[in-house]
Order: sequence, then structure tokens, then C-alpha cells
Amino acid sequence: MTGNLRPVPTPPDETAREAGNDNTPLVESTTLVADTMYCGTCMITIEDTLNALPGVSRARVNLTTKRVSATYDPSRTSVETMIAALDGAGFPAAELIESREADADARDRDFLKRLGVAGFAAANVMLLSVAVWSGIGNDMSQGIRSLFHWLSALIALPAIAYAGQPFFRSARLALKGGRLNMDVPISLGVILASGMSVFQTIRGNDHVYFDAAITLLFFLLIGRFLDQMMRTRAAGAAANLLGLKASSAVLLADDGSSQRVSARSLKPGSRVLIAAGERIAADGVVEDGTSEVEESLITGESVPRPVTVGATVYAGTVNGGGALIVRATATDQNTLLAEIARLIDAAEQGRGRYVRLADRAARVYAPAVHILSGATFLGWLALGNGWEPSLTAAIAVLIITCPCALALAVPAVQVAATSRLMRRGVLVKAPDGLERLSEADTIVLDKTGTLSLGEPELVGAEGADRETLARAVRLAAVSRHPYSRALVRAAERRGIAVAPAEGVIEVPGSGLRLPNENAHEERLGAPGFVGESGTPIGTSEAGASVLAYRAADGQITRYSFIDRLRPDAAEVVTRLKQAGYTVELLSGDRQGPVAAAAAATGIETFRAETSPAGKLARLGELAAAGHKPLMIGDGLNDAPALAAGHASMSPAGAADISQVTADAIFQGQGLAPVVETIAVAKASQRMAIQNFAIAIAYNFVFVPLAMLGHVTPLIAAIAMSASSIAVTANAVRLKTKRLEFHR
Amino acid sequence: MTSLAWLIPAALALGGLGLAAFLWSLRSGQFEDLEGAGWRALQDRPLTGPGESEQAKRTDATD
Repeated sequence: MTGNLRPVPTPPDETAREAGNDNTPLVESTTLVADTMYCGTCMITIEDTLNALPGVSRARVNLTTKRVSATYDPSRTSVETMIAALDGAGFPAAELIESREADADARDRDFLKRLGVAGFAAANVMLLSVAVWSGIGNDMSQGIRSLFHWLSALIALPAIAYAGQPFFRSARLALKGGRLNMDVPISLGVILASGMSVFQTIRGNDHVYFDAAITLLFFLLIGRFLDQMMRTRAAGAAANLLGLKASSAVLLADDGSSQRVSARSLKPGSRVLIAAGERIAADGVVEDGTSEVEESLITGESVPRPVTVGATVYAGTVNGGGALIVRATATDQNTLLAEIARLIDAAEQGRGRYVRLADRAARVYAPAVHILSGATFLGWLALGNGWEPSLTAAIAVLIITCPCALALAVPAVQVAATSRLMRRGVLVKAPDGLERLSEADTIVLDKTGTLSLGEPELVGAEGADRETLARAVRLAAVSRHPYSRALVRAAERRGIAVAPAEGVIEVPGSGLRLPNENAHEERLGAPGFVGESGTPIGTSEAGASVLAYRAADGQITRYSFIDRLRPDAAEVVTRLKQAGYTVELLSGDRQGPVAAAAAATGIETFRAETSPAGKLARLGELAAAGHKPLMIGDGLNDAPALAAGHASMSPAGAADISQVTADAIFQGQGLAPVVETIAVAKASQRMAIQNFAIAIAYNFVFVPLAMLGHVTPLIAAIAMSASSIAVTANAVRLKTKRLEFHR
Repeated sequence: MTSLAWLIPAALALGGLGLAAFLWSLRSGQFEDLEGAGWRALQDRPLTGPGESEQAKRTDATD
């Protein structure tokens, strides 16, 4: 270990091997998501696990983003091997789907750079300005003051030109579009103040505003950066969730060999083997095999659909029964996903017209500022002053009204609100999501996967004692069918040891059989399969699904399952209703289960068997009646409705496209985050308005002073900092504040 | 007042140094993982920085 802390560059023999080889080692890099890591030990375990794999040259964990970047030699290892190794080490991992995030990261860094430059310049200019202010009236000579002004100009002008670009660009875009936004008075104020200050410096006058201009930019950049950073973090966390759901698939080659590839690399025409319990990776047609497909994500239907050769299956659904061989169909315009994407596009256009609070304020504020400043200039001219003092006074008005506090008012609140929600597992993705969430007055819920957990649970075991259940579970343990797994879970909860029986045969679409020497072979499955008359998988009136078990002695017991509601569903619905919201249930599932769920949670208005277009139509009706619906759903069938709702939320288990469409994503078993999100959204709006009030109150004091020409650069600097700090401090309160929940 | 002749350049140079250090640390990825960096400091093994590569691992392995 002597002197080996920093290893020497490539040892000679290594170089010879690498460079001397005719095919130099391939290097590819990838990013994996492993979102269960939370501490230094996890970090070391993950890095060591990956680094120990042959072919992995470097793995480095980022604990903040919960990602691992790895470089590897694709000829010696693969992403799938790395994922398998991490799974083995206890960290479920997935490859990150490439997105626009790289851009967002670059934008974050860009803002930070500008912030650094503005901070440096602001500090140094302020240093010089304070010297000048304390020198006025003392013994500071004209020459020294002039020198200080020139130095300020030298530091401030390049910094303003660089750090102000985001504002100048946005202002130019707004003006081009014939609009006024907050950035127009900001840019105008900064540019005029700088120009005027250069002029005053040349003339050797007292008042220059370089410090005001650069400090203003510094404060505003902080607001913008916080805003941007929160959004990048939320988007990154959302991308992690999606990445973890992206599946791999077993691709069958023509020669019969199979290979595990990522689902994204599938092409139309690929033949894919889908094992029981696996998520189907692409839309396709079944070529071989019989099974049941659990399609609640698409249709909202909680009972699996039997499929056989020739049937169409959709990406994202789960193969519940036997293995299937599927030929992927065209992934272009004709897929279900594309159809739903079109509905989403159409629905989102309606929402694009939404105008944010800050922009609404800017529409009033920006013209007011310009009029005030213009009036000051004309007033001073009319009173017989020269154009120079008139312009100085007008610029002072622009600087004072420059909406420093106003531009911080909303971002500061949003950062406080989104970070509070993030701690509670809610990711707010849409920039204007909080505003729209706070305005909702009607809550529209989907059933399967949203109000319910989307997985069956054993609710009744008719005539089954503990021993019979234990025997039935021996069969169920072999299968990955949702009902079998539910039976196993129920047995485990009752403390029954689960040991799979040997020799169980799975009959896709029917059930499980265990041949023996007795008169009756043991069977678990649909009542008809087991020997009772009945439907394929029986469904009772209350919406429960029924399985039957025939023991070796011929005795038959029945087990019923329902899709269990989220533990706090009824409580959350009650709280929403008490707070004055109208709650509706809109489901693609059958009448029975939907009615049962509505009754259990106390929702009076519900609709069953609603198609995606039907959901969209219902939201349209609500909007036409003047309501602002908040749509909460998870399925592919909810995605258009999520886009059409005034605001929307999705649970973390939702279909990819729903998560992308929703304004906010909530994690965990309960529905309570919905209440918290609405409460925080409302509080954030109240606080944004409070902040506007603070900013405007401060203007009421200082604008008259500025119009009268009493605002010196010193007063401008103090007023600006004080109001910015006031609104930020007010916003920070939201992080810990106790919130009441009402409409 | 002659002190200004060196005080002002000194102040600017110090500030500039700070800015340069900030931009350097930004570029070299020091802000990428603020949570993980704290844990890494506690790790009891040879350092591998963000920029280090395969050789580090190979040398470790052959030790």
C-alpha cells in the first residue's frame, strides 16, 4: 500500500494489452436507478457489487439522485447482469430511460454559474458603494469617488450582461409575442439603470445605481434557480419511478435461442417470451400459449382476461397464467398507446390556456410600473427640470418597483411547498400544478389502483378451516397468478407455513391440479374447473371473485377475493366531503365492484364501465358546468382524463403515461397524500398572495419617495434587500406550518 | 490613499479567487451529490474521485 493512494497511470503491461489488441476494449456507460439506497453503507455495497463484476470499469453512486453511473465493456458484461447483481445485493434496480433531464441538469448548472458571477459582482460592487456612501459628506475626494464608480462599472457591466441573459431573453420573447411579463420591467430597469449610471459616471455625478442593478439580478437569480432546481429534482424522482417500472423482455431468435433485452429495444415483429407473472413489454398478438392477462392498468377491470392464440395483448399488462409467446405488433400510429396519446394531446390543449398567478399579476403590474415611471419623467420635465434629473427620477421609480420581491414571491413559496410535499412522498411535476390543485372543487377518482390497491385480497374462505387452507396454499404457492399470490399472502398472515407441493400442473385460464392416487385429484381454480358448475373464475354480486379448492377427499371449499380499498380510502373521502368537495367515482370496472367500492367509501356519485373517452366526456361535462375537477387516476385508461382535468394526480404505481401526464405523483399505500397535497397547494396560494401584498405594501412606501426624487442608491439597496428577505422568510414558514384542511 | 492602490486589487483578486474556485468546483461535479459526499468522507478505503477510472480498481485488485 506504499504510496498507492493515487494509483499510477495505467501500468505498462495493461497498456500493452489494451493498445496492442486489434480491437480496443469497448466502453459504454449507463445510468441505473436504485431508489432504495439511503445511506453510506448502501452506497458502498452498490459500488462494490458492481465493481466486482468482470467488465465493469467504474461504478459511482449518486446518493442524492439515487442513481448509479457505470461504465462497462459490453463484450464482457451487460446492463441486465448488473441489474441482476444489484437485485441479488438487495437493491432492486433498473436502467434509467433517457429523457430530457440532461438538459435540465445543464440548465441548473447554467443558473448556478450565473448566480456565482452575479454574487461575486454584487459583493464587490457593494463593497465599493458602501465606501462611496460613507465617504459622501466626509473627506472622500471627487477623484477617488470617480475611481470607485469606474471600478463598479468595470465589474458590474460584464456581470450584468452575463447574469441578466435569462431575463433579457424572456423579456424579448414576451415583447415579440406582444405580451408583457415580469421580465420586461426587470430588463428595462436593469438596462436603463446601468446605462444611466455609465452616463453619470462619465459626468462625475454622485448617484450611480450599479449596485442596485447587480444586486437585483442576484436576488432574482436566486428565485429562478430555486424554482428550476425544485422542478429538476421532481422530474428526476419521477424519471426514477418510471425507470424502475421499465421492464426487460426475453427475445426469441429465429433459431430458437433466447436473450434478455430491454423492452425498449423490441421492434415490431420481434417474438417475445413472457413468463407467468411477468409484465408484457410490447403490444402484440399471442402466437403460442394460453393464459390470463391482468389488464386493470388499461381497462380498470379487476378480473383478468383469458387470452389464447390470436388474441391481442397490451404493453404494461401482467401475464397472470401460463407462459406466452407474443409477436410484437407495429408500435406506430395504430397502437392503443398512440390512440391514448392522441386523446391526451387534445385534452392538454385546453389546459394550455391556463395563466399563472404570477403572470396575471405581471399583466397588471408591468404596465403600471411603466406608466408610473413615464409619468415621473414627464412630471419632472413639466416642472421645469432638465431631462437628466427627470430621467434619474424615472429610473429610480423603475428600480424601486422592479419586482424583486414580486418575482421572489411565487418561487419562494413554491419551493417551500414542493419540498414539504416531497418529504411526504408527493412529487409535484407541473410548474403550475400547485396553483391548479388549489383551485379544484370536485374530486374525480378512479377505482382500480387508485381508490383500491389494485391487487386482490382474500376476504372470505367459505367452509375452510385452517388445515384446508394450508393444503390449498400448497398448490397456490407454485403459481404466480394474482389470486394464487393473494391466497399465499393470506396464509402467511395467518401464520401458516407455506411449502409448495411437488408435481403441481398449471392449467392456464382454469387453475392448478395436483394428480394423486386417490379418487379425486386436488384442484384449485375456477369453480367449474374444480367440479362445480360456474363461470370461468366466478364473480359474485358484490364484485368478489371466487376460487374453489377440491381436497383429495373430494370436499370443496370456496375462497372469495376483492380488490381491497386503500386502507384510508373511506377516511380520506370523508375528509374531502367534510371540507366541501364533491367526490365522484369514475371507473372502467364492472357495475358490481364499483358500486361496492362507492358504498364502502361513502361516494354517492359513481359511474361504472366508463371508457377512456367516456371519462374524458364526464370531465368535459363537469368543466362545462363551471366545476374545476381534480382527476386522480392511475391507469392508461385514465391518462386522457388526467390531462383534461383542471388538475391531476397519480399514484406511483400508475401506468407510465399517466405518471407523465399527472401534475403530481404520490407514493405509499394510503390516499392521505391527496389531502396533504390539496392543503399545501391551498396554503401556498394564500402565501403567494400574502407575499404579493408585502411586496405591494413596500411599493406604496417607496414609490412616492422615488417619484419625488428622494431615493438615493443607498435607500434603493436597503429597500430592495429588505423586501426580498421579508417575502422569502414568509415563504419558509410553509415548510413547517400546521395546516387546516377546508375548501 | 496610496493604500487603495493595493487594497482594491487585493479585494478584487480575493473575490475573483472565490469565484474561480466556485466555477471550478461546479465544473468538476462537486455539487452533483451533496448527500453522498458526506458519507464518502467516512469511508475507510482508498479514494476514488469522480474523475478516476479503471486503473484505480485494477491497482486495488492487484495489491
